[in-house]
Amino acid sequence: MVRPLGFLVGLGFITALVLAIFTTPLSNEANVAHEFHKHPRHLKLASDGIVLPHWDKAQLQRGMQVYKEVCSACHSLNLVAFRDIADLGYTEGQIKTFAKGFQVPSVNPDTGEPATRDGLPSDYFPSPYANEVAARAANNNALPPDLSLITKAREGGKDYIYSLLTGFQNPPKNLPAELKPGTGLHYNPYFANLNLAMAPPLAPNQVTYADGTKATVDQMSKDVTAFLVWTAEPKLIKRIQVGYAVFFFLLIFTVLTYLSYRNIWADKKH
Amino acid sequence: MSFPWAKPYEPTHPLMKWMDEKLPIPRLVYNATGPGYPVPRNLNYFWNFGVLAGAALMIQIITGIVLAMHYAANASVAFNSVEHIMRDVNAGWFIRYAHMNGASMFFIVVYLHIFRGLYYGSYKAPREMVWLLGVVIFLLMMATAFMGYVLPWGQMSFWGAQVITGFFSAIPIVGEPVREWLLGGFVPDNATLNRFFSLHYLLPFVILGVIILHIWALHIPGSSNPTGIEVKDEQDTVPFHPYYTAKDGFGVGVFLLIFVALTFFSPNTLGHADNYIPANSLSTPAHIVPEWYFLPFYAILKAFTFNFLWIDAKLWGVIAMFASIALLFFLPWLDSSPIKSSNYRPLYRIFFWILVADVLLLGFCGMQPAEQPYVILSQLGAIYYFAHFLVILPIVSRIERPLPMPNSITEAVLAKHATDTASASATA
Amino acid sequence: MASESELNAGIEDGVRRRDFINIAAVSFAGVGAVAVVVPLLNQMNPSADVLALSTTEIDISAIQPGQAIKTSWRKQPVFVRNLVAKEIAEAKAVPLGDLRDPETIDQRTKPGKENWLITLGVCTHLGCVPLGAAEGENKGDFGGYFCPCHGSHYDTAARIRKGPAPKNLVVPPYEFNSDTVVTIG
Repeated sequence: MVRPLGFLVGLGFITALVLAIFTTPLSNEANVAHEFHKHPRHLKLASDGIVLPHWDKAQLQRGMQVYKEVCSACHSLNLVAFRDIADLGYTEGQIKTFAKGFQVPSVNPDTGEPATRDGLPSDYFPSPYANEVAARAANNNALPPDLSLITKAREGGKDYIYSLLTGFQNPPKNLPAELKPGTGLHYNPYFANLNLAMAPPLAPNQVTYADGTKATVDQMSKDVTAFLVWTAEPKLIKRIQVGYAVFFFLLIFTVLTYLSYRNIWADKKH
Repeated sequence: MSFPWAKPYEPTHPLMKWMDEKLPIPRLVYNATGPGYPVPRNLNYFWNFGVLAGAALMIQIITGIVLAMHYAANASVAFNSVEHIMRDVNAGWFIRYAHMNGASMFFIVVYLHIFRGLYYGSYKAPREMVWLLGVVIFLLMMATAFMGYVLPWGQMSFWGAQVITGFFSAIPIVGEPVREWLLGGFVPDNATLNRFFSLHYLLPFVILGVIILHIWALHIPGSSNPTGIEVKDEQDTVPFHPYYTAKDGFGVGVFLLIFVALTFFSPNTLGHADNYIPANSLSTPAHIVPEWYFLPFYAILKAFTFNFLWIDAKLWGVIAMFASIALLFFLPWLDSSPIKSSNYRPLYRIFFWILVADVLLLGFCGMQPAEQPYVILSQLGAIYYFAHFLVILPIVSRIERPLPMPNSITEAVLAKHATDTASASATA
Repeated sequence: MASESELNAGIEDGVRRRDFINIAAVSFAGVGAVAVVVPLLNQMNPSADVLALSTTEIDISAIQPGQAIKTSWRKQPVFVRNLVAKEIAEAKAVPLGDLRDPETIDQRTKPGKENWLITLGVCTHLGCVPLGAAEGENKGDFGGYFCPCHGSHYDTAARIRKGPAPKNLVVPPYEFNSDTVVTIG
């Protein structure tokens, strides 16, 4: 019974599929944006790969400066606390001073009205906007995403962020009219639909680096991307280091189990 | 579980004798995995995957219980609670990545286990029940993995839940009410997240229970082997312990090496970037794909694009996707060949490898956007998938002429050693 | 794979080394199992965000002599009390021998800041929050704190004087950053 019934059911599915093949057009709808879209450029960072990666603390500090002085005007960093920047090589005292420079939401103890107070190391980077509606209202209805996880939350990761920051340019001459940036949009070939609501955020010498590094757009983009790699996964370096220890331990274990297996089976043909 | 050639359990120590009278757990262990369980001596490495699947389940249960101590199943905080685990909880990043990649390892191992069964005819009499219980485990695993993927409440979590529960709305009349009942709302929300968390915690223990039945059912006829010939006497076998405990120990070592490499060096490779964006019911990701282990079935779902008979394309897709798994339940009766091992089935063996390639192709197509040539490839892939099980397999098992077979496992082993020695001396 | 006789010959002189390999493999498994238990248990320790709140700064400039405030440190109530001279004198007048948990007020405050009594607001009996910090609350028979759960009375140095509590209210570790700011923890 099973086989004849199965045969009929199979025939049903196959007929439906054959009909589907003959009714589906074989050509794709042309996607003009594809032609102009570019793949992200590779950005090499000290924290890359699995061969002795490390945090370039000087770069992370510069990146944080770029975030604080430029990006934080629109983008939040909700998941990062001031205490976390100890990873970047700051001392406890420096972190306290840094935190104090931010105003975080609080409640007036006398009236109960919303208020602000100086930041503490245990506080998180405050959001530039009170809520999503306010963020959209201030940005032409485009929501600036939170940056904490941004390098993990986009295809292409850090390469994409770096390319996007350095990729603003004038639209090419042959760009079809429907792909031309409208009001409030900016052409960027690394962005999926080519037109980005974010204006080019960086201009040469927009920040002044304490260590004397020249603040070109490329340098600032690299630095802030490095910083955002750290914010996305502060435990990245530790993960690789622990990974090596565990991996080599297991390698020895596996060799031993193999020898033990051969030893136990030595007198058994199989 | 009793084979005439099995060593009987004879406790010598008075304490063990006392225990044997009151609660004979040592006897159970001895007869299940100790010298009391004789196993064919010719098992190859493909027989490691059952034990490895058990190990993977244990890893998932242990890391999962730990994660549940920190995770909060509430739509407003779930995403941040996962990031809290990644950033603030001691060793939280390790435990979370282990659980995430442990799920992938579990599926890799189980897929190899299933294909081992397909190649060596492990589903055939007298082991049909082992196979049926295995398919039940597979279904439970899929449900558990799906609900687990929803818990971090990222974009893929949300839209995955939206799409999968959307299958039910394809059912005429009752579909929409059933979907709302499943979700506890009109879109996945807090109620959905809470019930998925509850079930995600429950189902692994159900799986554990079915695994016990799976092993129980296996131990009645005993393990199959690469020749497909049943054990005839003691010399065909070795005791499970120490022979297969040692071999499984080595298998666990290799498994852990791959698992650790994935967890520590490349934990997000098998995941999707969109799941690091918090769930947003107002914005769909550009490209919704399920986790890799669902991709072949997802491709089958998408392959149906034509309203045929009185059933529309969407419902065809949903029915076909469920049927593609459900037909495994009928496999022991679809394949009527008495020969188990494909080593002696020249014709079926060819189709087996086509099936492997077909499932890989479907997996690849499942990952792609709904564009040509991926649509037609997934349609061709789906045609072969159903044809393989429902048309080709029943016919092949009738017309095929098997290769000559050895009379016993021992004979096969000795023959293999004779050729090995001959070729060794030839090269020397 | 070699023939039966060759294999047996190999075993003869290799028994010790081979047993050692089995033991080594099992030992490695044991060490690995123990090592993996460490993170699985360590995860239950306070996480980084909890530890970040383990010190609290308190501004005490607004507390008038004779007043007290109730604040919190590590999610436990803390009493900060600005003692007047009379209360300090009362506390000093008690002979140490009369105390259940003998401590002088000097031991319970910082030198030069004897008027600032900072204690946890957790009764040492069964952990209730004693009364007496806020205006108008029952300060007990000794003018300090009174625990309503089982009637423990603490004096002006927050030492146990009457009732079931075995110990004085605990003085947490703290430092004066300045005359008006205290860091607890």
